Formats: sequence, structure tokens, C-alpha cells
Amino acid sequence: MPDQLLFAMEVFLNGLMAGVLYALVALGFVLIYKASGIFNYAQGVMALFAALTLVGIMEGQVPFSHLINAVFGTEIHHFGWHLPAVVAIVLTGVVMIALAWAVNRFIFRHLVGQEPIILFMATIGLAYFMEGVGDIMWGADIKKLDVGLPQGINTWIDESTYEIFGYGFFIDNLDLWATGIAAALVIALTIFSQYSKQGRALRAVADDHQAALSVGISLNYIWVLVWSIAGFVALVAGIMWGTKSGVQFSLSLIALKALPVLMLGGFTSIPGAIVGGLIIGVGEKLFEFAIGPLVGGATENWFAYVLALLFLVFRPQGLFGERIIERV
Amino acid sequence: MLYREAGDFKTSYQADNQTFPIRFDRVGLRVVLVLALGVVPFFINDYWANAVALPFLIYAIAAIGLNILVGFCGQVSLGTGGFMAVGAYATYKLMTAFPEVSIIIHVLLAGGITAGVGVLFGLPSLRIKGFYLAVATLAAQFFLVWLFNRVPWFYNYSASGQISAPEREVLGYAVTGPNAEAWVTYLFCLLFLIFAAVVARNLTRGTMGRSWMGIRDMDIAAEIIGVNPLSAKLSAFAVSSFFIGIAGSLFFAVYLGAVEVGEAFGINKSFLVLFMIIIGGLGRIGGSLMGAAFLVLLPVLLKNVLVGSLGWPTDLAAHLEFMIVGALIVTFLVAEPHGLAQLWRVAKEKLRLWPFPH
Repeated sequence: MPDQLLFAMEVFLNGLMAGVLYALVALGFVLIYKASGIFNYAQGVMALFAALTLVGIMEGQVPFSHLINAVFGTEIHHFGWHLPAVVAIVLTGVVMIALAWAVNRFIFRHLVGQEPIILFMATIGLAYFMEGVGDIMWGADIKKLDVGLPQGINTWIDESTYEIFGYGFFIDNLDLWATGIAAALVIALTIFSQYSKQGRALRAVADDHQAALSVGISLNYIWVLVWSIAGFVALVAGIMWGTKSGVQFSLSLIALKALPVLMLGGFTSIPGAIVGGLIIGVGEKLFEFAIGPLVGGATENWFAYVLALLFLVFRPQGLFGERIIERV
Repeated sequence: MLYREAGDFKTSYQADNQTFPIRFDRVGLRVVLVLALGVVPFFINDYWANAVALPFLIYAIAAIGLNILVGFCGQVSLGTGGFMAVGAYATYKLMTAFPEVSIIIHVLLAGGITAGVGVLFGLPSLRIKGFYLAVATLAAQFFLVWLFNRVPWFYNYSASGQISAPEREVLGYAVTGPNAEAWVTYLFCLLFLIFAAVVARNLTRGTMGRSWMGIRDMDIAAEIIGVNPLSAKLSAFAVSSFFIGIAGSLFFAVYLGAVEVGEAFGINKSFLVLFMIIIGGLGRIGGSLMGAAFLVLLPVLLKNVLVGSLGWPTDLAAHLEFMIVGALIVTFLVAEPHGLAQLWRVAKEKLRLWPFPH
């Protein structure tokens, strides 16, 4: 087989893996959008916040130590303990649930019935707020996150592809794990929303707020629930991205990467988020591989958007989105 | 006492429909204009010009532009930074290609070029609506920034990849370059702001503005009563991008002087201008000015108080700023979705009845 084709195949596989990570973030968007019609721009910052909190709890950092030190002139930084990853993940989950409750209590309960675009802008404000809070709480320096996931080249794939093609593919173990976890998450969420009582209530709210209210479903409860689930998805995404590239500010930018994924897949479809993620992941890696060198590189910054834009012109609701019906 | 219509008789339709129907407002506007044009230039120094006046004037132009698109026509755009970059790079290319032409013409031409680019990226708005469009405008943001970063023709193959404004004069006074004095740059930007505000105000109350608002309120209904969505949406994109292009041009040539595109015109700029019009008031020209003033002054104030007076570290102050801006956005959306402009209007209503509110 020619070398170029082998490289392209390797790029393709890596693109698939990257796509899974995009899909993971996009999943959080879809959940909230389906349940409450809110397009949650803050999803990426939630992932950053979750990862920061996880590292902070594991390392035993004192929250707001910067602020406390600045106000009182003290010098405190650490409690001096190191928690095991599992405990820290559970504690972070609790923090995310508290956050979900607070977001509903203080923001979205007051915005019921507002136009969707106002809600969207509120989530942009929320994103800024949480970015500031996250940085003040845990400090803005780049942190290493290690919850015990394996990293580095997968030797089994490397060796077996070397035997077949005479060229070993470089696939990161972490990406494989991420794929597995994302698949498990999607299956679990699907089962939850299809078969559990809360899941059915959730779908009812997504379908029609008022009808759901009239059969006795508590909107507040469902919204807190769905924001908690989105927080949990953000935590998983935060762990994956944080392990991959360190916990830092740029983590919040993955939200921007998830947007074209959503446009492509449709805002209302969980399978759409997955398929869109894979298409974008593969597309941008292959484009960068094939065309990137000709036009100066770094095409990953915009390729996904332009692809999604062109796609939308032909199919405005995305691949799997519900058909948009307009009435006067 | 002074602030009321009583005794202010209108004898023509023209007088009845004027922008400031109350005499006190008209007098107030003239006083402000005289102060801004005739008094401030004599007192302004480099610190005030660079920290407060220039950013305010330039962001106000950008906010007026974005407000036309978002507030009047209802098409949410997150591509402001990219369009400002178009204005900046167009000015740079024009300035270096035609050095003998006046900078005023360059700035206006840059606005025109940006309008063309805006129409191009506005084309999908005919098919895509709402969030989908907001996200689609991000394509403009990222693509344009990448383009100016990677294609050397745009920065004249300079080694650093930056563009820097050569010195240009208007009536013998340097406006751009290191020798430009504070009062000259201030007046230059102020004149463009006045131009933008007058044009925008008059466009929005004419036929064009009404068709924009029709599209905003309900596009299908507007189409049925005879508004052409193609021309309404694209003209909104064109006019909006024209002002944003002028703002980008001034931001580069007059304010910063040298620009690195990713840093100066990144996604944060798009959000900043969007925040200005949310806080100021969607669909209000005056709101754009108030929002710009608020978000320009707030960081200066915070920095002076936190870093200057309390001695806190700079990075902590920067994070607090993020937090406060975010919280303010949410608070405004919850408490007063129509922004500062609405507060101002309520205050004026109250003032009209004062001191006998019943």
C-alpha cells in the first residue's frame, strides 16, 4: 500500500478519536437544549470548571486562596492532603449538582418564557462568570490532571498494524479509553431517558413544557436534573481533555469546537451529536492533512465552521434535527 | 420643572417626528456636543485619550453597527471581531497602496469593503435562523482571523506578521503614527462616531429600519405584508458591517497603531461588543453608546480601585473583572432585558411628571 494512503488512514483514525471527544462536549449541549430549549454556551466552561475543581480537590487546594490572601494578607495555599481520584470525582459531582441547582435558582427560573436568544446570551454571561469564579477559586496556572487513565501509544495496535501494513499506527491509549467511556455514557443516557421515570419526564418536558406541567411534572426538578446530568457530562469531558492537554483556560474553548458539531448533527439529536462529532473530527484532520500545507496550515481553526455553514445552507436543521416548521 | 412638553408647540410633521421631541433634550444635546467638540480637546491628555476616550468612541461605533444587526434586524452575529479585522486590514492595504489619498477616504472605503464581506457572510441568513445563524457567523470570525494570519499578502509580507499604521495627516495634523497628538485622534474618532450615530438613527426610523424591525419581530409575517427578506437582511448586514469596519479601521490605525490579528480581533472582541449592546439596550442607538461607555469604564475603574488602591495582584483583578462582567450580563437580562437605555427612558418618564406624579 502506498505510504500516503497509510498516513491518511492513520489521520482518519485519529480524527475519529478526536471526534469522540468533540461529541462528548456536544452531548451536554444537546441534553440541556432538548429539555429546556436553552442553548448552553457555558458547557465548555463547565467542563473547565469541573476539571479545575477535580484537580483542586485532589491536590487539597484551598478554594479562593488567592482572594483570601489578597484581602487578609495571609499565606495559605493547601490543606495538605491528597485524595484518591474516585473520592475527588464524587465530590466534584456534588459540586456540579450544587452548581446546577444554583444556575436554575438564580438565573433560569427568572427567565422562563423569555426569547431563546435572551437565554443564550444569559449562558454567555454565565460562561464569563464561571470562568472568573473558576480562576479565582483555584488559580489560573496550568495544572496536570491524572486520574489513573492510561496514556501514550497503544503498542498492540502499533505492532499489529506493523505486521499487516509494514507501518505502525500511532493511536493514543487515552483516546481509546475516551471512546469507550463516551460510548458507555451514550448508552447509559439513552437507557435512562427511555426507560426510567425521570427520563420519561425529561422527554415530556422537552416535548411541551405546559403539557408536562399539567400532568404533574415539576419543571424545576427536571431542569435541575438535566443541568446536573450536563454537569456530569462536562465532568467526564473535562477529565478527558484535562488529562490530554492539561487543565487550563483553553479547555473552555472546546465549547467553540462543539458548536459546529451540533449544527451538523442537529441541536436536538443525541445520535446527531455523535455522528456530527465524528464527521467534524475526521473532516478537519483529513483537510489539514491534504489541503492544509497548501494554504498555510492551522485550518483546524475554521474548517469545522465552514463545513457546518455550507452544510446548513442545504439542510437548515442539521443531519438528525427535527424538521423546522414555521407558523405565523 | 424644565423637562416637559408643555409650551413646546409643534407646527409641522417634521417637528413632531424629530429625534428629541423635548426642548430640554435638544438643548442638552447641543451642550454635550459643544463640550465634546469644543472643550474636551483642550484638556485631553494621552492617558485619558488612550484609556477612556478612544476605546469608548471606537467601541461605540462598533456597538452601533452590531445593534443594527442584532437589535434592529434580529440576526445575532458573533463575527464582530472578524469584521473589525477586515476593516483594519483593508485600511492597512489601502494606506500602503495609495499613500497620497486622505485617510478619511481610506477609513470610509475600508467600511465599504467590510460591508461587502458582511453581505457575503450574511447570505446564509436567508436559509439559517436563530442559533444556527449565530454559530454560522462564528465561521466568519475564525475564517477571517485565520486568513489575515496566514496569507502574507494581507500584511505586506512583513517578518513579524503584524501590521502597523504609517503616519498620515489630516489638514496638516498627524492622525496616525507615533506623532499623533491626543486631541487630534480624539476629534477624528469623535467625528466618525457622530457620523455613525446620525446615519444609524435616521436609517432606523426610515423605510429600511422599519423593514428590519419587521423581520426581527416576525420574519414570515413581515414577508407576507411585503417586506423583502433578502434586501432587508442583506442591507442590515451591509450597514452593520460598514460601521463595524470603520470601527476596526480606527481601532487599528488610530488607537493601537500596530496590530496582531489573533490578539486584537479574537472571539473575545465579538463577545465584548455583544455585551455592550445587551447592557446598553438592544434596538436603541443611545443604548449602544451607554453600553460602550459602561464596559470601557468598568475595567479602568476596577483596575484603579483593586490594583491601584487595594494593591491586589493584577491577575486577580482581571479574573474578578470576568466575574463581574458575567454577573452583570445575567443581572441585566433578568432585571432589565432592555438595558441601560430602558432605565434612562424610565427616568425621563418619571422626570416629566416630577414633582406632581398624580
